Amino acid sequence: MPPPPSPQDRVHSEEFLHTLMRRQLKLSVACAAAFLIVLLGLPLANYFAPQLMATRIAGFTLSWLLLGVLFFPAVWGISWYFIRRSIWLENDEVAAVKAGRKEAGK
Amino acid sequence: MNHLAQPLALFAGVDPWIFAFSFVTVVVTIWMGFRSARTSKTASDFFVAGRSVSVGWNASAISGEYLSAASFMGVAGMVMSSGYDALWYPVCYACGYLFLLLFIAGPLRRFGAYTIPDFAEGRYDSPVFRKIAVCFVLFIGFFYTMPQMKGAGTTLAYIFPGLPYWVGVVLVGAVITLNVALGGMKGITLVQAVQYWIKLFAICVPVFVLMSVYGFYGHHVGANDGRTEKRAPAGAVAGLAEAGSGVSDPGYRVERKAVGEKAPADAAWVSPFGPLTTKAAKTAGLTAEQARPYSLLYTYSLIIALVCGTAGLPHILVRFYTNPDGVAAKKTTMWVMILIGVFYVFPPIFGVLGRDLLPELYAGTGAKGTDKVVLELPRVLNEHGGVWGSILSGITCAGAFAAFMSTFSGLLVSMTGALAHDVYGRMLRPRASAAERMFAFKVAAVVIGAVAIGLGTQVEQLQINFMVGQAFAIAAASYFPLLFMSVWWRGMTMRGAAVGMLGGGLAALACTTIINVSDLKLVDLAAFWKVNPLLRILCEQPAIWTVPLAIGLMIVGSKLTTTTVPADIRMKMLVLHAPEQLGLKQEYIQEHQAGVGH
Repeated sequence: MPPPPSPQDRVHSEEFLHTLMRRQLKLSVACAAAFLIVLLGLPLANYFAPQLMATRIAGFTLSWLLLGVLFFPAVWGISWYFIRRSIWLENDEVAAVKAGRKEAGK
Repeated sequence: MNHLAQPLALFAGVDPWIFAFSFVTVVVTIWMGFRSARTSKTASDFFVAGRSVSVGWNASAISGEYLSAASFMGVAGMVMSSGYDALWYPVCYACGYLFLLLFIAGPLRRFGAYTIPDFAEGRYDSPVFRKIAVCFVLFIGFFYTMPQMKGAGTTLAYIFPGLPYWVGVVLVGAVITLNVALGGMKGITLVQAVQYWIKLFAICVPVFVLMSVYGFYGHHVGANDGRTEKRAPAGAVAGLAEAGSGVSDPGYRVERKAVGEKAPADAAWVSPFGPLTTKAAKTAGLTAEQARPYSLLYTYSLIIALVCGTAGLPHILVRFYTNPDGVAAKKTTMWVMILIGVFYVFPPIFGVLGRDLLPELYAGTGAKGTDKVVLELPRVLNEHGGVWGSILSGITCAGAFAAFMSTFSGLLVSMTGALAHDVYGRMLRPRASAAERMFAFKVAAVVIGAVAIGLGTQVEQLQINFMVGQAFAIAAASYFPLLFMSVWWRGMTMRGAAVGMLGGGLAALACTTIINVSDLKLVDLAAFWKVNPLLRILCEQPAIWTVPLAIGLMIVGSKLTTTTVPADIRMKMLVLHAPEQLGLKQEYIQEHQAGVGH
């Protein structure tokens, strides 16, 4: 005879894993897309708009300034956002499971 | 008398300040290694530092280990020789961590294992797969140690002008090997963390001083506008020129020596798709316009190799296991990105200043070429009188020592770990005692150190940064697809993973080996490359086709063998992705021990 359904089963259910992975992957993919648009867009800009990218700003060409200096803070921003969101997601999942256990315990 | 004259000749022409700073760095590094050797006793201490390193320490240590001779010396040298195109290296070295953070860092830490081969075996329940994974730790490791060895040889050849390149390689290699054999990783964590701060100090202080004397970063980039170049032969003091003088538009008044014949022209140097990415097409005799698509392809392939490769470096990944949990692993990654991002702003400045102030280096090759610009550039301050130039040059030399010593020891630990922990401890003698394992670790360290030194003596003519890029290309086509797919796709099977990793990884390995063999002129392929510029690019920067190849093979291979997906895949995926607070890891271990019995 199978054991009675426990809240633990929710954690082990197909549905839980699916939601868990999908929420986290969605966040990762969104952040990666923001990053890739900038990273892969820059060579394209260099290719199709060389005049614009060669504009001089304080001695730098625009392209040099973007890649050699401004790129780093942009990436820090993305990673800071990702970490905040992903820690929030994890806490949310833990809270949901704990709430489920409490309810079953009543 | 003869035995006295020899060392004296060696010290002739040695700048005492430079020697003193370098010597102190080496001694302190070794002392720290030995000191912490006394406190690390167990095998667990040796491999992952007992898994109790805080975020701040761990981030500094990862950064310290990551910032290698390529970052410290190679990036500056390559920016000097190739200009804008070389900027992709520092940017992607730093930003590749984002991929690691987004897709791999957290899950990998949750799964819990000592090494990547541990992960490979645990994820697929397959000891065979472990062996394949171990091979790539060694492949990538050796490709990565070669440029470190070149950094060592170049630096020693700079400090002791009379010393042949290979002596420096042997000397530094031997010292570090000994240090690792006696200290293990517990020592390394502390040493690496301190070395990050040494490196940051050593790269930024000379830059600030140089900029205050010779003009701002942007002004030196701005001087490359084609007006003052090649007025006089390279290095002639009479060639000092002021950019923009006597011209109505706002030029930047910086001192500038004529760059000489061997250097790329201003316009090509400062704009995208310059000498680095057009080399293959130019060799084939294509016009500038025809060469542009090739350059774009080269640039993209380079970006893919560096970004994906960062997420697949075994000696970096092993450090994520020293975080207490997945959240700490993510926080660590973010701090690493900030620490190394700050660092990577500076090496290109050396390259830019070097082009204007020290163009003599364009004429040199091997250990005397642009790869030593970081070491030698601060010395130009000596022409203003005083010893400040020598002191700052001593500081950058100390930083260079910190760079190749920390990376080489980190690589040595992970390669030695693979041999001692995986090959000896798991395959050859699973029942070996703790003392035997420790002994195996030491023997393996010496063997691998010796091979790395041997390889290092052969690569004087290759650029440091370029060689590191090759190690990244191999990692990008082997470990990155493996980790990425294993973490996110439950349908992966062991066979699919193995076929993909071997296919992509070996293809990248073959390409980079062909390029090195031909560039070192061991085999003459110049005529072939001349006719096939596209093949040359796809071989020199293989990531653009090897990474999709690896992922494609993994998908096809797994689809063909769907019946062999591990039975407890759902549990494995839960362990990888569910927050630690749910306690699934312990459950998994209990279940696994009951079921499999190991």
